[in-house]
Amino acid sequence: MSTDAAADAFYAALLDDDAERLYERAPCGYVSTTPDGMLVKVNATFLDMVGREREDVVGCLSFTDLLTAGGRIYHETHYAPMLRMHDRVREVAFDLVRPDGERLPVLVNAVLERDSDGRPRVVRVAVFDATHRREYERELLRAKRRAEQSEHRAQALAQTLQSTLIPPSPPALPGLDVSAGYRPAGDGEEVGGDFYDVFQIGAGDWVVVLGDVCGKGVEAAVVTSLVRHTVRALTVQEPRPSEVLRSLNDVLLAQGSDRFCTVVLVRLRRERGAWSATFCAGGHPLPLFVSAGEVLPVGAPGTAVGLLRDVELSDQRLSLAPGELLVVYTDGVTEGRRGSDFYGEQRLWQSVLAHRDAPVPAEEILGEVLAFQAGNARDDIAVVAVRVPDPSDFAQDPRREEHGHEQQPSG
Amino acid sequence: MEDVLRRHRVEVTGRPDGQPLMFAHGFGCDQHMWRHVAPAFEDDFRVVLFDHAGAGRSDRSAYDPVRHSTLQGYADDVLAILDALDARDVVLVGHSVSSMIAALAARAEPDRFAKLVMVGPSPRYIDDEGYVGGFSEADIGELLDSLDSNYLGWSSAMAPAIVGNPDRPELGEELTESFCRTDPDLARRFAEVTFTSDNRADLPSVTTPTLVLQCREDVIAPVAVGRYVARALPDASLVLLDATGHCPQLSAPEETVAAIAPFVRGDPPVRR
Repeated sequence: MSTDAAADAFYAALLDDDAERLYERAPCGYVSTTPDGMLVKVNATFLDMVGREREDVVGCLSFTDLLTAGGRIYHETHYAPMLRMHDRVREVAFDLVRPDGERLPVLVNAVLERDSDGRPRVVRVAVFDATHRREYERELLRAKRRAEQSEHRAQALAQTLQSTLIPPSPPALPGLDVSAGYRPAGDGEEVGGDFYDVFQIGAGDWVVVLGDVCGKGVEAAVVTSLVRHTVRALTVQEPRPSEVLRSLNDVLLAQGSDRFCTVVLVRLRRERGAWSATFCAGGHPLPLFVSAGEVLPVGAPGTAVGLLRDVELSDQRLSLAPGELLVVYTDGVTEGRRGSDFYGEQRLWQSVLAHRDAPVPAEEILGEVLAFQAGNARDDIAVVAVRVPDPSDFAQDPRREEHGHEQQPSG
Repeated sequence: MEDVLRRHRVEVTGRPDGQPLMFAHGFGCDQHMWRHVAPAFEDDFRVVLFDHAGAGRSDRSAYDPVRHSTLQGYADDVLAILDALDARDVVLVGHSVSSMIAALAARAEPDRFAKLVMVGPSPRYIDDEGYVGGFSEADIGELLDSLDSNYLGWSSAMAPAIVGNPDRPELGEELTESFCRTDPDLARRFAEVTFTSDNRADLPSVTTPTLVLQCREDVIAPVAVGRYVARALPDASLVLLDATGHCPQLSAPEETVAAIAPFVRGDPPVRR
């Protein structure tokens, strides 16, 4: 392009676009109203937008007359108050209604001009066609709603799944107090990796299993479910906890998942009115035995299951006398943190001692661990406490009747 | 007790020993709606301003989806605030939906209130057989769409600045920054509760002397609706303002003050 041609174009554009044409044909609608909203001046672009003639608009209609009913409410409850408060409003979305009922989505910016006494004098409004933008925003809004719904569904699913992995409350064992406390990490939106189960094999023959599957979420839940059902199936045939865990190890390895778990299995038996516990830990914190005001970790640590072909697992047997307590827990208890301070074994032992005679010791212990972390558990926490009631309590509580209605094995 | 005052951003000004005069804002904005009107009463009254749950800079914890699923929940908030202030013989000025909130509060505890002022009241926004509220159900649906469109400009990044820190004194500029800005979810729910409410049956049992202020032209609460309210209340009078729009306290504060003052300052009319 020659220099002359460029200069010609420059002057042609400059001369053609005087203030009047700029106003009338600007690529946005211009509207001036009284402070009450009566239209006093509009440009040609705005008349095109609303599909009306100048004489049908100026001096006859208010800006709100051109809006949908919903838009009018928004105008009166938000736009007008904001304009009075700040003397300007930006990017408010309205739909203009044309005489044929068709809607034109617009975005509106407005300024309120005041006289020298500060009294509102005129409102200037710029109106932009936002048809495509609005459609895009609706898409965004729909996507946001879908995402929120998916999130709600995922939470509901996680909670349903969780409830299948953790008994709502431990069953009532005749002649034995079993209490449990469980709290998934964070706000409970994800399925935790900790689990426990308490179930009956036969008359005076019960199993408590508690463990921690590595990881959390759905994949961990699949392994947790497998572990629970496998343990239930194996314990029917196999009385020795170490052998049950050995078979569980084989099952997990065969299943091919790279998830493993630490677990402690306790077999509780009553023979001639006296309880005993045979237990085995697989890479898990040792059970705590509480007797005569002392806390003692019992058993051997053993190997976690689902990792190695060869595992070291051994059983230990204890007699449980009245007033004695066996507590199993996951590392979410001792690794509960406040700043750089861990809850630790010392605090746990103190807590166990302090609550050994409480009606539900496991809940008390859980409560203290949570309180230590100000209620914000970073890891799942599970605690199960088994206590042989003191016979001196029997007289007060008929439910503890030793020759009561013992549940019969179901199969 | 003081918690309720903090949660609702309750501001008490004027004469500490004066008769309590409480201003309740309507749907959309917050207590700053009254900034041109409330000061006119500070010489004589103990003036109480607050933000409804979910509005202005009220604490997010003030909002309860169940409690605030009806206007009665908002009325209970008003009563809780007045109770915390040990306020008796109260004059309650309610704008828009707060007119009905005031009616419900006065019906629940008639002895607490001396007078009510309703600015732009409507007991039902949706038309019904033999009743013109001014809107159809479809219109209200469009309002909710309108809210959705406009709250796209409300980002979560703005929330902390808007909600503010109750323990931190604010600058004047920041005080008005939250004006008309609300958590979109809560605004939508308040809109639904407001515009689908029907309090026509409650009005005859509100015995407190009431002044109805009605704007000449109001697209939200038309003159006919204002007259309906004044007729349905056992002890009410109506003043027709020259102002237009739904917010005379902002568009015509002097006229609004002039209309309210003789009613709230005068002796309460003898009850029928």
